[in-house]
Amino acid sequence: MSQPVVREIRFFLAHTPGLVRHGSKPTREIHANHSVWQDIRGSLRSFDDAVAYAPHQVMLGNMQPDDLNTAEAPWYENMLAEYSTSGPHGEMVNEDQFHGLLKAADEFDLVLLEEGYATRVAAELRNHPRVTDEEIERIQGVPFSRIEERLSSREGAIPLLTRDGATIGLVQTDYVDDPSLAPDILLENLAVKATATMALRSVLAESGTDPASLQYVIGSGEEAIGDRYNRGGGNLGKAVAEASACVNSTGADVKAFCCAPVHAMVVGGSLVQSGVFPEVAIVGGCSLAKLGMKYRGHLAKEIPVMEDVLAGFAVLMGPDDGTSPVLRLDSVGRHTVGAGSVQQAIVEALVADPLDRLGLKFGDVAKYATEMHNPEITDTAGSGNVPRTNYRLIAALAAQRGEIPTGSESRDKFVEEHGMPGFSPTQGHVASAMPFMAHAMDDLKAGEYQYSMFLAKGSLFLGRMTHMSDGESFIMEANSGAE
Amino acid sequence: MVVLLGSPTAESAEVYARTVTEGDPSWVGPLAGIALGLPVFHVLEEEVKSQFDAAVYKEQVSIMESVLDTDDIIDAMRQVRDAVGV
Amino acid sequence: MDLSGKRVIIVGERDGVPGPAIEACVRSAGAEPVMVQTQCFV
Repeated sequence: MSQPVVREIRFFLAHTPGLVRHGSKPTREIHANHSVWQDIRGSLRSFDDAVAYAPHQVMLGNMQPDDLNTAEAPWYENMLAEYSTSGPHGEMVNEDQFHGLLKAADEFDLVLLEEGYATRVAAELRNHPRVTDEEIERIQGVPFSRIEERLSSREGAIPLLTRDGATIGLVQTDYVDDPSLAPDILLENLAVKATATMALRSVLAESGTDPASLQYVIGSGEEAIGDRYNRGGGNLGKAVAEASACVNSTGADVKAFCCAPVHAMVVGGSLVQSGVFPEVAIVGGCSLAKLGMKYRGHLAKEIPVMEDVLAGFAVLMGPDDGTSPVLRLDSVGRHTVGAGSVQQAIVEALVADPLDRLGLKFGDVAKYATEMHNPEITDTAGSGNVPRTNYRLIAALAAQRGEIPTGSESRDKFVEEHGMPGFSPTQGHVASAMPFMAHAMDDLKAGEYQYSMFLAKGSLFLGRMTHMSDGESFIMEANSGAE
Repeated sequence: MVVLLGSPTAESAEVYARTVTEGDPSWVGPLAGIALGLPVFHVLEEEVKSQFDAAVYKEQVSIMESVLDTDDIIDAMRQVRDAVGV
Repeated sequence: MDLSGKRVIIVGERDGVPGPAIEACVRSAGAEPVMVQTQCFV
């Protein structure tokens, strides 16, 4: 039976300092105290600073994750001399371009942009290879007086601001009585659609895939699209397929908090292997709610508010082509109900079980991709270094099984060799293992190593339906037909 | 009433410990300015660890001792308790 | 500080020790968990 392969993966990043005020935590605290927005605004980065930020260049594929071990820290103070808004793994746009893309993704007149701003933004996007003429036409503005009137006269609209504090538009609901269609939720959902769409278009273009040949798109984000009768009803997958001209595709969403992308990869790979759909795309839009989540810690340390970037991704999977890295469906690791909440049991289920099944040792996997959250964002706000904690757990289990010596020295050696510094924006599910996949694809194709493991965890307990967390994992292997 | 924490860093352990003793140090939550004065420990501290069933602790928690910066967390907890007098 | 018979508020964390793991320890010490939470900051 043919094995599914991962043909391509791309990321789409948007630097959106003006939208930080719409992150969940800033929204609540600005509502309670208006001066909070001025405090945040004073610590927001310029677009150049965000692009020249080393972790973002790793996301775009212009640097390797391990390059961060030698990049001068703190990275937010040591901008790179050479940097680009695009790279082999993706692209990054500025907030003006992103506001234009929000308008382009909007089919219900939910976004209003001021006319002069809209004209300027449309001109900036006109030469973008993956923005259609029809979308450029859609980026029409309205007089500023209409935006002012809408914001002041009725409820159901929130302002769109740029980093410099100028109001350049708004997002409105077309049904004030439905809390599931509140403007902040519609903004979040449009941002998800825009980021996932740009990533999918990029994957299709870069892999030379005709959009019409794709048959299924799986959404794997954390958004809850729907109205009051079906909150979270979803199917971002199909909306993104439509926006990407995948006329012969349908889709569905896989929901599992931050580990949904790994679940979706397994579902997608299974659909390919079974022959139900020959090609499947997995997309994950951004997590706007998490903008500025740890702003308070950053302000207290007088460092930039670094949760100012939205990120989305798209992956294209297909049948074995003899060259692309293989997703080993026989390696899938599951955090079962019976495993409980014990960290050790979770790592056994996600790491040791798959290794045992394939007859591998911990050291046989060259690189483990866990939750790749940038530690500069989390550690400075007291939340610790998430990837390092995960790598230490894997090392501790390897030591327990006698595969590496015990003690912190060999632990740290294992972490350095088989792990990497975190480099992903803290965008929930997007950060979960996926950011390394683009690098692993390069390495596996180049024959640098044979195995890489991807594992993610989901905080189900946040939804109050269970105290449990969740997790899933799989191993990717270099394609033996490549030699 | 006792509060037990599972925080991953010394910094976050300190914030929670201060919140349930002298009040929210960030002054934004509902416990801003409210001194509950509750005894607070981290689950990795000997004072509470010694009272758990050893087998249960080993299965549920012990691996985290070698993963987290345990000494720093314990120091932070002691400092808060000493400073606040709980 | 004797845990036995005490009521305990548990604030676990996903990237540290999760609430249910602390809860199991607390019960083994003869204490009564009255609130079990697990925090997540990513």
